[in-house]
Amino acid sequence: METLLQQVVSGLASGGIYASMALALVMIYQATDVVNFAQGEMAMFSTYLAWSCLHAGLPYWVTFVATVGIAFVGGLLIERVLIRPVEQAPILAIVIVCIGLLAILNSLAGWIYSYVIKPFPSPFPQQPVHLGGVVLAPHNLGAIGVTLVLLALLYIFFRYTTLGLTMRAAAQNPVSSRLVGIRVGWMLALGWGLAALVGAVAGMMVAPVVFLEPNMMSGILIYAFAAATLGGFTSPGGAVLGGFLVGIIENLVGTYVPFIGPGLKLTVALVLIIVVLLVKPSGLLGSATVRRV
Amino acid sequence: MTALLEIEHLDAYYGWIQSLHSVSLAVETGGITLILGANGAGKTTTLRAISGMIKTSGVIRFAGQRIDGKATEDIVRLGIAHAPEGRGTFVHLTVEDNLRLGAYAQKRKAQLTTDYDRVYEYFPVLAERRTQLAGTLSGGEQQMLAIARALMLRPRLLLLDEPSLGLAPTLVRWLFQMVRTINQEEGVSVLLVEQNAALALRLADQAYLLETGRVVMAGASEVFQQDETIRRSYLGY
Repeated sequence: METLLQQVVSGLASGGIYASMALALVMIYQATDVVNFAQGEMAMFSTYLAWSCLHAGLPYWVTFVATVGIAFVGGLLIERVLIRPVEQAPILAIVIVCIGLLAILNSLAGWIYSYVIKPFPSPFPQQPVHLGGVVLAPHNLGAIGVTLVLLALLYIFFRYTTLGLTMRAAAQNPVSSRLVGIRVGWMLALGWGLAALVGAVAGMMVAPVVFLEPNMMSGILIYAFAAATLGGFTSPGGAVLGGFLVGIIENLVGTYVPFIGPGLKLTVALVLIIVVLLVKPSGLLGSATVRRV
Repeated sequence: MTALLEIEHLDAYYGWIQSLHSVSLAVETGGITLILGANGAGKTTTLRAISGMIKTSGVIRFAGQRIDGKATEDIVRLGIAHAPEGRGTFVHLTVEDNLRLGAYAQKRKAQLTTDYDRVYEYFPVLAERRTQLAGTLSGGEQQMLAIARALMLRPRLLLLDEPSLGLAPTLVRWLFQMVRTINQEEGVSVLLVEQNAALALRLADQAYLLETGRVVMAGASEVFQQDETIRRSYLGY
């Protein structure tokens, strides 16, 4: 029982990371119909920038805020400079730009910071918390907390502010948005900025667990794909739910299915993607889109 | 009366196909101007050209100022509201959010609540549906929402693209009367595109007939109603 609870809590902690990354993917997908394959590398690069700030002696939370800000501006610039010129091109062209960005950011990080793994600090205490016989790592609890706060802030932003409403409108119906005077291009750029911001938070929360290295996000991005697929690529809420579910499933399967263990955990994500696509392609909360051709 | 909108020698292309051939027309200030024509005659293209949604050559002047070549978002800010073909409502957003977006380019945000009340007065059913998603509205209600959203801009010129499309005849009659009321009470000039010639001619002051991208007839709508060819081809009696 205690193992179960422990696995669920650590599943929730990694699930929060997957949820954030899945949400970042879904935000860009909804606005532009593009799956941003570079999402993980953008998060990784932001985390390296955070490492540089910490290395330069900045306090953790100052670094946190600075990194989030830099990531936002970086995401915005990537959209303006790299995505904008191919905006009207077929989706495949944009996907290829994203994959190119992935390769560039990955090599750039390796070139600047080397491929040697680096420890990344957690802002939360080291001392384990005992809760009714269950031992919990404070970092896990903290990461869950940070993720939930971030998700709540995003929800409030999109649900209750005019800018959030405008961004949703631009994603749903660009033509009508222009007709009410919304500068759709800038809204898409803002979407990229926000997605990069969310990714940066996820990167900083996961780095203390997986350590900092240029490929740290590649596995996590696959879990995020599984999460977004499970929850539905058309539903931000679904992506978040999918993230937490994938985290829990991954941990439970890794613990209780003997032949899988920690080594084959990533396979769980891939199996999950295939099963969802076969059984319910629109995901748990997503809506099937019908297009006239 | 002077012209609020003037179009001179407008050409437009879809790919290799020329869809407008030297179209010239004017919308009188305070009036209702009608563009008649069959499917594919270039009616919607003309409205899209005014809103800067397609590339054109020729001159489009609004209140004396050149607007051809300007971005759609900037044209909206000059006070041209466009209720597009197929209504173009934000189906995943509530009625009230749709209206709020309609006022997005409007500078006087303080008047937002009175603006809601104003459009709800024209279309009371929208007030009942204000928290409903636009996609759940009936076709007629969506058309009302499209017009209401356009009014939230407090426009000087209202572009209406086939508001009667897919609506029951009694509803069309009611809607056209409402367009006349709005035109008079708001002092907004209207450029209406329609296939329903009989009703639309009764509503409009001036009319233009488009055929394969060319203006083939222009004049007061009474003249249109009495014209033999128009009667036979477009009015059907």
